[in-house]
Amino acid sequence: MIRLRNVTRDRNQLVYLILIVGVLLFPVLAGFVSPGDSGNYLLGQAADAGVYVLLAIGLNVVVGFAGLLDLGYAAFFAIGAYTYALLASGQLNSSPLHHAIHLPFWILLFVAVIVAATAGVILGAPTLRLRGDYLAIVTLGFGEIVPKLFLNLSQWTSGVNGVSALDYPSLPIWIEGPWVGSSLSIVRGFSFAFNSMAYYWLMAILVLIVVILVSNLQRSRLGRAWGAVREDELAADAMGINTVTTKLLAFSIGAATSGFAGVFYGSKLSLVSPENFSFVVSVTILVMVVLGGMGNIPGVIVGALAIYYVLFNVLTNLPANAKGIANAVGLGFLNRPAAGGWPGLEQEVQRLNFLIFGLILISIMLLRPQGLLPSRVRKEELEKGVAE
Amino acid sequence: MADQMENAAPADRMEDAAPILQLDHVSKRFGGLLAVDDVSFNVAKGEVFALIGPNGAGKTTLFNCITGIFSPTEGRLVFEGRDVAGHKPHDVAELGIARTFQNIRLFGYMSALDNVRVGQHVRMRAKLWDALLKTPKERREELRVTERARELLDFVGIGRHGDSYARNLAYGQQRRLEIARALATEPRLLLLDEPAAGFTPQEKVELMQLVEKILGQGITVFLIEHDMKVVMGASRRIAVLDHGEKIAEGTPDEIRNNRKVIEAYLGKSA
Ligand SMILES: Nc1ncnc2c1ncn2[C@@H]1O[C@H](COP(=O)(O)OP(=O)(O)O)[C@@H](O)[C@H]1O
Ligand SMILES: [Mg+2]
Repeated sequence: MIRLRNVTRDRNQLVYLILIVGVLLFPVLAGFVSPGDSGNYLLGQAADAGVYVLLAIGLNVVVGFAGLLDLGYAAFFAIGAYTYALLASGQLNSSPLHHAIHLPFWILLFVAVIVAATAGVILGAPTLRLRGDYLAIVTLGFGEIVPKLFLNLSQWTSGVNGVSALDYPSLPIWIEGPWVGSSLSIVRGFSFAFNSMAYYWLMAILVLIVVILVSNLQRSRLGRAWGAVREDELAADAMGINTVTTKLLAFSIGAATSGFAGVFYGSKLSLVSPENFSFVVSVTILVMVVLGGMGNIPGVIVGALAIYYVLFNVLTNLPANAKGIANAVGLGFLNRPAAGGWPGLEQEVQRLNFLIFGLILISIMLLRPQGLLPSRVRKEELEKGVAE
Repeated sequence: MADQMENAAPADRMEDAAPILQLDHVSKRFGGLLAVDDVSFNVAKGEVFALIGPNGAGKTTLFNCITGIFSPTEGRLVFEGRDVAGHKPHDVAELGIARTFQNIRLFGYMSALDNVRVGQHVRMRAKLWDALLKTPKERREELRVTERARELLDFVGIGRHGDSYARNLAYGQQRRLEIARALATEPRLLLLDEPAAGFTPQEKVELMQLVEKILGQGITVFLIEHDMKVVMGASRRIAVLDHGEKIAEGTPDEIRNNRKVIEAYLGKSA
């Protein structure tokens, strides 16, 4: 038993080490891989992947730690992003308020955390008394309603067009140097606009902060209370744990993390619109958590990165790559549309994209049902489950 | 042994001693079934009080009423002068009543140590911010709690198994772990629901030694037990439940010779 625990812990430390080294080296590698734009595109993608890492860590608190199934998690992401969109752009000028608000990014990070956490409490307070499956349905509904709300409050949010031209974060001063390809100098009023490197490091720091805070929680009385509620709610209650408050805290801490991610997302994209927060986003995050290893923070991070890579890199490039490969191996005829309705390989692969994604997910779950890097608990649960 | 006990605390005096728990005309109805029927008795501070009765007599239901899992249909449950009927289970635990379950309900996929530390939750003071930031105060509390948890595991005799999953412990060890977890809430009244069920005679003796040890810590023990022999040896006073009704109450000797009890209880199971 002692050995098992140490193995899990050592493995997690190794994964953290690899992740840290990877984050430090990535900008250099990106510069090598695509020297044309000094790796800016790849850095931007990495920062976007970081948004999903934050989301997955937050959802893991709800699903992995407290054992509550939340199918509408993207709602809190939307709330965070819209908080930023409305309070850091010219948008409110054309609203009934007739006055634009431009609060700094750094303050809005905290504001969005509080707004999202409050939304979590408002949703959770009446629903967390419900049994698991009912809760899943209520959160599903919430996840559908929130984007619709932003869509229909068009006076404030411009509806389907979304809010655009959001402010970029800025720092009073910033030191530039060889590490961003310029000579050493101090920049005053440094803006993040179109600077993928700045976003990349900002995201790395945000993820680091969230990982530290959430790991601290996991190893506290609250983390144990979550475990107890997940395992046996009645026994937890009889041992003196207020189960409703405990679940509510999981819910609102998960929501807060999502709000945090939303602010970053809005500021980087400079555009927020209702369609960015659909059910598919909630499901994607859930897949990242389950597939990475529910309840294990490094596992969830790896899951988020892996799924992000597959979705936004492998699958998006697959049609073009398939075409290239077909040409290279002498199957070029596949690329031409044919009489029988064959649209050409590129088109066909494009069509089948989500089928391929599904197949990838199924194969991972068959090969590693406990997730890529499972927590000690999940691992044992599944092994025992099979044995019994 | 019986003599010794009588000298230490004569049973009739015990009854008059300050009660820690008073049941006052308690009833619990499930639809058409009156599972607990107008039951009244007192548990005195510092005694081992036993509740016996055939299967389905309503013993566990009575425990569930005391610990807030059910709200009694009627009656008062006065713990240290305060009516706890209808309180939430976690409030009852905080007030100082802890329990174990007839069908063990541990947190199976948590370590034995963590099970005990969950029990201490209600006595811990660290706030959300302390936990988020791992403040020195929180670290100190965690250390103290961990040390105490190890003591409690030692106390119940499973000190070597702190790192095992609760579900991987042997049956008897699980029963002991449940007691340790309950003790971790720092109760003044401990309710044990058939703690020796499924035990060998030897294990039963060891368990009753543990009960004596718990009593020695100043904790009142109120237990449900099926095995008459165990109960007769260990408890000062006994109440007998049959079909939800209290049919007798008294010292082990009185219960042993009570005609109603022999008919209702011994007659059936013998
Ligand atoms: N939650 C419940 N709902 C309905 N009936 C119950 C419930 N719990 C217990 N009972 C019934 O109450 C009676 C007493 O049960 P119980 O208190 O478990 O007996 P004991 O612990 O003395 O064996 C039984 O007939 C049982 O079926
Ligand atoms: Mg029972």
